[in-house]
Amino acid sequence: MVVYLDNNATTKIDPAVLEAMLPYLSELYGNPSSMHSFGGQVKTALEAARAQVASLLGAQDTEIIFNSCGSEGNNTAIHAALAAQPEKRHIITTAVEHPAILSVCKHLEKKGYDVTYLSVDRQGQLDLMELEAALTGGTALVTTMYANNETGVVFPVEAIALMAKEYGATVHVDAVQAVGKLPIDLSRSAIDLLTLSGHKLHAPKGIGALYVRKGFRFRPFLLGGHQERGRRAGTQNVASIVALGKAAAIAELDLAQGTDPSKGSVPSEAALRDLLQRELLATIPDCEVNGGNSPRLPNTTNIGFKYIEGEAILYMLNREGICASSGSACTSGSLDPSHVLMAMGLPYTILHGSIRFSLSRFTTEAEIQHVLAVMPGIVDRLRALSPFNNDQADWLQERDVALAT
Amino acid sequence: MWDYSEKVLDLFYNPVNQGAIEDGNEPDVAVVFGEVGSIACGDALRLHLKVQVSKDQILDARFQTFGCTSAIASSSALTEIIKGKTLDEALNINNHDIAEYLGGLPEAKMHCSVMGQEALEAAIYKYRGIEVEHHDEDDEGTLLCKCFGVTENKVRRFILENDLQTVEQVTNYIKAGGGCGSCLAGIEDVLIEVQKEAADSVRVAASVALKQEAAATAVAEAPVRTLTTLQKITLIQQVIDEEIRPVLIADGGDVELHDVDGDRVLVKLTGACNGCASSGDTVKYAIAAQLRDRVLPTLTVEAI
Repeated sequence: MVVYLDNNATTKIDPAVLEAMLPYLSELYGNPSSMHSFGGQVKTALEAARAQVASLLGAQDTEIIFNSCGSEGNNTAIHAALAAQPEKRHIITTAVEHPAILSVCKHLEKKGYDVTYLSVDRQGQLDLMELEAALTGGTALVTTMYANNETGVVFPVEAIALMAKEYGATVHVDAVQAVGKLPIDLSRSAIDLLTLSGHKLHAPKGIGALYVRKGFRFRPFLLGGHQERGRRAGTQNVASIVALGKAAAIAELDLAQGTDPSKGSVPSEAALRDLLQRELLATIPDCEVNGGNSPRLPNTTNIGFKYIEGEAILYMLNREGICASSGSACTSGSLDPSHVLMAMGLPYTILHGSIRFSLSRFTTEAEIQHVLAVMPGIVDRLRALSPFNNDQADWLQERDVALAT
Repeated sequence: MWDYSEKVLDLFYNPVNQGAIEDGNEPDVAVVFGEVGSIACGDALRLHLKVQVSKDQILDARFQTFGCTSAIASSSALTEIIKGKTLDEALNINNHDIAEYLGGLPEAKMHCSVMGQEALEAAIYKYRGIEVEHHDEDDEGTLLCKCFGVTENKVRRFILENDLQTVEQVTNYIKAGGGCGSCLAGIEDVLIEVQKEAADSVRVAASVALKQEAAATAVAEAPVRTLTTLQKITLIQQVIDEEIRPVLIADGGDVELHDVDGDRVLVKLTGACNGCASSGDTVKYAIAAQLRDRVLPTLTVEAI
């Protein structure tokens, strides 16, 4: 039995999505830019997909630019925003962004830009007063994620956008984790640019989209042909775009049904997440939900298991067929634990042993029950190996709380 | 997932020797533990040893580890390796022995084996009451990596001991540079400095070797000196009188030539040299070496 609870990393391609895209990998191989009917029918499918994505976001079709992934969307958005206001040299972002934002900001700092990294509190939440204090007339861009990939904590992006607009700043939102999981209506929003990625909502990897508000002074990042109305050069990845369109349509339907009590007795992923979280906390001592008191994505829970280390937990889970993720340093190339959990100031007793479980609409109750059956034993076993078992251990730690640096 | 060996995974899933050793106050037995790391660093090991005092031998070893798959496997491997060894034998165990026992570790995980070696040293030094002297030099000097508290001296020692060639390898072995990364340039500077020193010493050694080789070649290629018996005796007498005796006389001693039999030279030490505790050295270095150098390289000298 494989229990896949790492959906914030990537998702399974929905069978209906796969079915929709397959013809565009075989017989329907025309170039949508070609001036003949063989290309024309492909272009029709492409534009239908654009409408589906736009619909999911409450956007207009012409506001959607297809690209390759979330990283491309984020890079493009930042460079486009700065190019639109070249006289402004100040950027505001948060300390818990994805590397596709943070790396670009670090790079821009070397190029002379001034970047403010907003902090988060113990619950992973921003302080809007801190944002307001950071905003100036010289702020070119405020770029923030919609929902955090590790904790699922949702930021108040509409409030952020309204505040930023008062200072004339462009607003970009990295909504890679939020699209398809939260209702989004950009028609009533002050957001200028918004990034999404296909493989986070049951479309394939290698396809994404950038929302660009109508009227925004957009400067292309990738130059070449006239595809995407001259805003992103390169022959479109039609099959994946069709897939993204289908995935968006399914997600829109799913979101609508999520608010419909007549959906039936099948537990939603939010209900399963709550079940998982509640039972783990009830059966395992010394653990807590990271960001648990903030608004969160319905599919994500990040739980810190005190005194044990994340990679060891993941390997034990893996042997039981369970796929999850960890903010542990040992699972990454870096030797520092997750910058997100560090920024939240979690105690080191929790920091290294935090596990992210992220569900999807394909997650079943039987799978959650399997996790609940094996997880207490895994934690017990690793704690028996650990020299730490209480907060009074004299060599436990010199620094109790992680610093957000 | 990491590319762990079967042995790593086996010792992770089925660790041996985990737990603490309680001190049972048995006669001739001491219980001690050494610990390294911290929960802040992300891995920590407490190694417990049961030592037979009279034999200085490890009777039992157990571990308690906070850490990843390879940290737990490395700890378990270490306890297996050291059981039954004397403390001196155990001190010769290094991180490479632990990695080898495990069938190798991913390079990024070598610090797990280093943690084992350091805990072993900590335990033994603690047992011997010299804990504070343990790698004191590591704690001195500039703090290079603030995230993991690693000094420049420690970086330098690990580069030399493990023949590290890249900054990434330094990080893999002792974590330095694995946090915020602000010290990576400093680590690179140390690496370049150590490599330059190593290259310089290799150059000096090569230069000395070349000179020695040239000298040996010159001796080998020099024409063999031919002397008649009379010429040989005359020359030996001349060197003794003009070059050796003045030195010995200055120290209150003296020497006289007694006989020459082929290449065998017989001398008689007199004055302070006669019966001196260092007379053997006098014959060997002050007389024989001089005669071989100045007369014939085949000569031997004996005092009668």
